[in-house]
Amino acid sequence: MTIPYLIGAFAICVSLFFNRNKKMNYTLVAIFIILQWLFTIYEYTHKNIEEYSYFLPDAIGILLLFTISIIAIPAFYHSYVFFSKNEDNPRNRAMYYASMVVLLFALSLAYLSNHIAVTWIFVELTTLSASALIYHRRNVRTLEGTWKYVFVCSISITFVFIGILFLSIAVQQVGQSDLTFTSLIQRANELDPFWLRLAFIFIFTGYTAKIGLVPMYTAGIDAKDKAPSPAGALLSSVLMNVGFIGIFRFYEITAQTKLISWTNNILMISAVLSIFIATVYMIKVKNIKRMFAYSSIEHMGIVMLGIAAGGIGYYAAILHIILHSFVKSSLFFQMGQIYRIYKSKSIYDVGNYFKYNLTGAMVVLLGFISATAMPPSGLFVSEFLIFRSLFEAHYFFVLILVLFLLTIIIWAFGKNIFKLLFSPAVDFDETNLERIKPYESISQFLFLGLVVYLGLNPPQEMVDLINEAVKNLPL
Amino acid sequence: MTNVLLIVFSMSLIYLSIANRLMSYVKIIAFQGILLFGVSFIELGEMNPLNLTFILLETVIFKTLAVPLFLNYVINRNAITREAEPYVPNFISLIIVTSIVVSTFLLSNTIEDSQLNKVYFVAALSALFTGLYIIGTRKKILTHVMGFLVIENGVFILSLAVGNEMPLLVNTGILLDLFITVLLLGIFVNKIGDVLGGGDVDQLRNLKD
Repeated sequence: MTIPYLIGAFAICVSLFFNRNKKMNYTLVAIFIILQWLFTIYEYTHKNIEEYSYFLPDAIGILLLFTISIIAIPAFYHSYVFFSKNEDNPRNRAMYYASMVVLLFALSLAYLSNHIAVTWIFVELTTLSASALIYHRRNVRTLEGTWKYVFVCSISITFVFIGILFLSIAVQQVGQSDLTFTSLIQRANELDPFWLRLAFIFIFTGYTAKIGLVPMYTAGIDAKDKAPSPAGALLSSVLMNVGFIGIFRFYEITAQTKLISWTNNILMISAVLSIFIATVYMIKVKNIKRMFAYSSIEHMGIVMLGIAAGGIGYYAAILHIILHSFVKSSLFFQMGQIYRIYKSKSIYDVGNYFKYNLTGAMVVLLGFISATAMPPSGLFVSEFLIFRSLFEAHYFFVLILVLFLLTIIIWAFGKNIFKLLFSPAVDFDETNLERIKPYESISQFLFLGLVVYLGLNPPQEMVDLINEAVKNLPL
Repeated sequence: MTNVLLIVFSMSLIYLSIANRLMSYVKIIAFQGILLFGVSFIELGEMNPLNLTFILLETVIFKTLAVPLFLNYVINRNAITREAEPYVPNFISLIIVTSIVVSTFLLSNTIEDSQLNKVYFVAALSALFTGLYIIGTRKKILTHVMGFLVIENGVFILSLAVGNEMPLLVNTGILLDLFITVLLLGIFVNKIGDVLGGGDVDQLRNLKD
């Protein structure tokens, strides 16, 4: 059903772009959500059946597809709120929804793609649509954010392409031309390690721009800061997952060969550096939205630690990336409300959030508990398992360092969040205060509840899917 | 013959490192387009004619004519000063780019691969790193874009090296080329020029922590 889905989504996107009528826009968005869910359920019921020889709905793809389909609904809802509160320019609104639809379908298809070049094409498409979302407000700052994002992503996407070329040299040497992941995993041992190594370095570096790891993490921070909050929620959750899947699928190939310990070292270095940089900036940062973005960097570092450590770490990494998507998107949805009250994202301008928006403050508090992986958050479970895998793989030094850095992150995160929640705001004008409706926070509560549920009591179906997703990796 | 063209290409990279004026950059990029045309014409002779025409048109019309003309247009329209304004002296740039070329050459000697023509590998990788170096050390947004175009040329050479057996990959590479260049140049450079004027990266330093 991938091709009908692609055509349908594309048709919706084109009609969104040319239809500037408000009602028509929202009807089309509703149709897209229905299409997205039909597609998700269809792919779930047709698991592991290859489609058009380029797409394969395997376990990891389906898990991430469900994640994106769940997050898409509140993303559109909060976009609706965003447009009803901000001045409504029909042209920009149509453009916004069209790019969001492109982003969502490109991500969905990138998750399911079984061909390394097809993944690459859809990732490229996400850069384009994300940049349109970042540029939504059309001022100098967003222009800067968009320029940096487009430029860094273009370079990184070129890196991925170079990696694919090196890989194809290796594949040609063994007399093949098939670049599907399934065939690459089968044939991994025949491939020349030199080219595989080069390919891994380039592909990994390229995808770090999407997943948000050292070295290419910078652009993503500005992007998440400058995009409208609902779009920022997508950028910091499902868009990061596409970088993860790019790296993960290639890791599955190298994991079959003798290069596995070398790749683990690369992942480990990048992960520890990412957590370190996240720590440094979390202490320094004065913009709440950017702080959330740096927290995402930290979580991606933890995910990579899990992959590099192996064992139970594989399972935990995939659980972590799914749960993180829900936590971070609910925090970003909440950020839209904070901005509507204080008209500022700076930590200096906010305070006493409990007084102005009780439900929103509850979300921020629970989101803080979830994002810093305190129990009963599901992230606690996955993080704990990742640390266990580090322990079992004898990475004691890394484990101690990371735990130390995480402590600092919790302190820095907490300092800013408690300032937002409890300290009185300086020079804050309480007249003209906007009352936020409590029902606007329902989706955030549901997500945070879902994280607790999935972490503490994961449904058997999900456990099976995760175990199937890591079946190609050595134990 | 391709070897000669590729060596000239590597030399153009060294010249790029010491070029002082934006127009020289534009000319070098146009010249590299011609070189790439020559290489692909000789190398891909036995490819199917339709594909070949597509690649040749891309190198001639797009890389040699359209992009340099457009760069020229952007420079004039936004009245960008003609100096490239590097952060480091030209002498150091020269040494660094030369050592990039030499070290990729040394790296290529460690490869034991009879199928791959190592000159391609050297030219492609040195273009990649020179492009990155130019992006890192030049001040103007436009020179950053030019650095990116040099990287793209390197990618093009690399895809030619594997191209005979995998025409699909070469075509994808070209589409990438067209797509990103149009995106970067067409939309953003112009837009940034409208909003900011001169086009120094210094004006894009507001987002930070």
